Amino acid sequence: MYVCDPSVNGKIVNRTNPFLFSLRPPYFQSFHTGYMIKVTGLSYSYQTGHSIAFRDFEVNKGEHWLLLGESGSGKTTLLHLLGGLLKSQQGKIEVNQTDITRLSESSLDHFRGKHYGFIFQKNHLIAALTVKKNLLMAPFLAGLQQNEDRVHSVLSQLGLENKLNAKISELSYGQAQRVAIARAVLNQPALILADEPTSALDDKSCDRVTALLLEVASQNNATLVIATHDQRLKSKIKNQIAL
Amino acid sequence: MNLFSLVWNYLKAKPLNTVLNIFLLALGIAVINILLLFNKQLEQKITENAKGIDLVVGAKGSPLQLILCNIFHIDFPTGNIRLYEAERLARHRLVKKAIPLALGDSYQNFRIIGTNQDYTRLYEAELAQGDWWKNDLDVVIGATVAEATGIKTGDTFSSAHGLSNEGHAHDNALYVVKGILKKKGNVVDNLLFTNIGSVWKVHEAHEEGEGHPHTDSITDPSPLVPSVARGDSTREITSLLIQYRNPIAAIQLPRLINSQTNMQAASPAFETARLFSILGVGVDVLMGFAYVLIFISALSIFIALYNSLKERQYDLAIMRSMGASRGKLFVAVVMEGAALTVIGSVFGILLGHAVLYAFTQLVAESQKAGVTALVFYSEEAVIVGGSIVLGLFCSWIPAAQAYRTDIHKVLAA
Repeated sequence: MYVCDPSVNGKIVNRTNPFLFSLRPPYFQSFHTGYMIKVTGLSYSYQTGHSIAFRDFEVNKGEHWLLLGESGSGKTTLLHLLGGLLKSQQGKIEVNQTDITRLSESSLDHFRGKHYGFIFQKNHLIAALTVKKNLLMAPFLAGLQQNEDRVHSVLSQLGLENKLNAKISELSYGQAQRVAIARAVLNQPALILADEPTSALDDKSCDRVTALLLEVASQNNATLVIATHDQRLKSKIKNQIAL
Repeated sequence: MNLFSLVWNYLKAKPLNTVLNIFLLALGIAVINILLLFNKQLEQKITENAKGIDLVVGAKGSPLQLILCNIFHIDFPTGNIRLYEAERLARHRLVKKAIPLALGDSYQNFRIIGTNQDYTRLYEAELAQGDWWKNDLDVVIGATVAEATGIKTGDTFSSAHGLSNEGHAHDNALYVVKGILKKKGNVVDNLLFTNIGSVWKVHEAHEEGEGHPHTDSITDPSPLVPSVARGDSTREITSLLIQYRNPIAAIQLPRLINSQTNMQAASPAFETARLFSILGVGVDVLMGFAYVLIFISALSIFIALYNSLKERQYDLAIMRSMGASRGKLFVAVVMEGAALTVIGSVFGILLGHAVLYAFTQLVAESQKAGVTALVFYSEEAVIVGGSIVLGLFCSWIPAAQAYRTDIHKVLAA
């Protein structure tokens, strides 16, 4: 991947980078059928005129990946582009065989609801709602069937079964983060995107959250992409994209 | 989960704000509702009570008093008019019908009126039990009178002079209740009916010795009061209710009466319109006050939504990330505004009815005037409909803000 800071040397976008190579480790190919994410010729221009280009890469179904980079390196931008939260200006992002850059805004909303689970650094739970209602928002907004059994099973998976009707304000930070994880996996999304889920945590919590993320992703057969500058994760997830 | 549940939980999360907004709007709506109920019912009662009466002729004085006294029976008579003058007027070619009234006494604050059965026919009164009045001192009583005083057919009572209990009691002549009328919801309910002769008799007996010729031997009876001779020069009545024969009468008769006789003529339509225009100033002030309240509540709802949207930008962004469309967020905010105004207006309407109910329970006159809190008008549905529009109006800008939420900017910050 080629990243350029235009504040230093103006416009750059080198898509013919000779070092461009597939990030997909060849030995994984035999276990997986097809890719979950395929990025081709992607670049993004900020309103300020800065431009950023991303190297092509593919992520296979069921894999766990790290998107590593310092603050300002564009990893949140890339994650939001992958999640369809930000419209890209150039290039192609295929998720589950769909080029999301060509979707209209409303179909993109729909696609997000159906295929993605998001986890952010802050848990961003809706304080006005109970834990259960926060979780049920996921199928409601995605236009899927609201299954209370699924809520129960996900919560118990995360050790939160007794917090079903708790208010968000009654939860500890760690509990709230687990609820956010539960919300992300509730719809059994094909792809879970996490943005700095561990950077505000101490080592112990970091280990626990990472383990939890990997575990629920595997349990739900989801592909997991974590964008972070947290070096502690490096040793935990082998597939890495450095920005 | 659904949008209603989401909106409801947002409202519940800020109970004080929500209650304040609802209460502000409810107050404004309640004031408007009370005025609506009052005005509507008064107007209805007035047109109902004045129906079929084109002109009231009585002694000179205040025309408004003449109307209030002889149609609505809530004021004192202006004086008396000569029976023979009334007779002459009743025979006028422009007069279709003339009903004589003799007022003066009451029973437990309910007015006794001496008249003939044209009066009850005019109001389409029907008997619930008993018979119409035939002889002197026979009385037929209105439904409200029967309820309030508890007198029944066959009971006797003595009347009091004037319109209050403190008036001199005419103990020497006892009225006999012959019949009770069905409830009509108009002025008839509050009256006791007898013939004009009875009213005279009660007062004659009082003014001892000044007897009048006996009534049996009359060969040419008065067209208004058959028990006395035509052209009797001593008898007096209080007023004459007149129905015009044709529209020309409306132009000619009042002028004729006011200029050529020492009686005065007053038109119920004109005088009640005048009364309403006098009351109208007060009503307008209250209305203005109510609109100010509603404006403030709309502003308050707008500010509350606008501020809460700032706090909720993460909620909105996260909802977008979970698949909510812009439109859905817009609708959610609009629904929140509309929910506040609809709850406020429904609460306001109930409050209006409750206040009016308390008022009718506490102030007996309001019941006499036929004002009740237990009717609902279609205008009240219009108020609720209007409140939805108000909700849309004050949530439009916050909703547009929600619509424009930039997920990336909010979540990347």
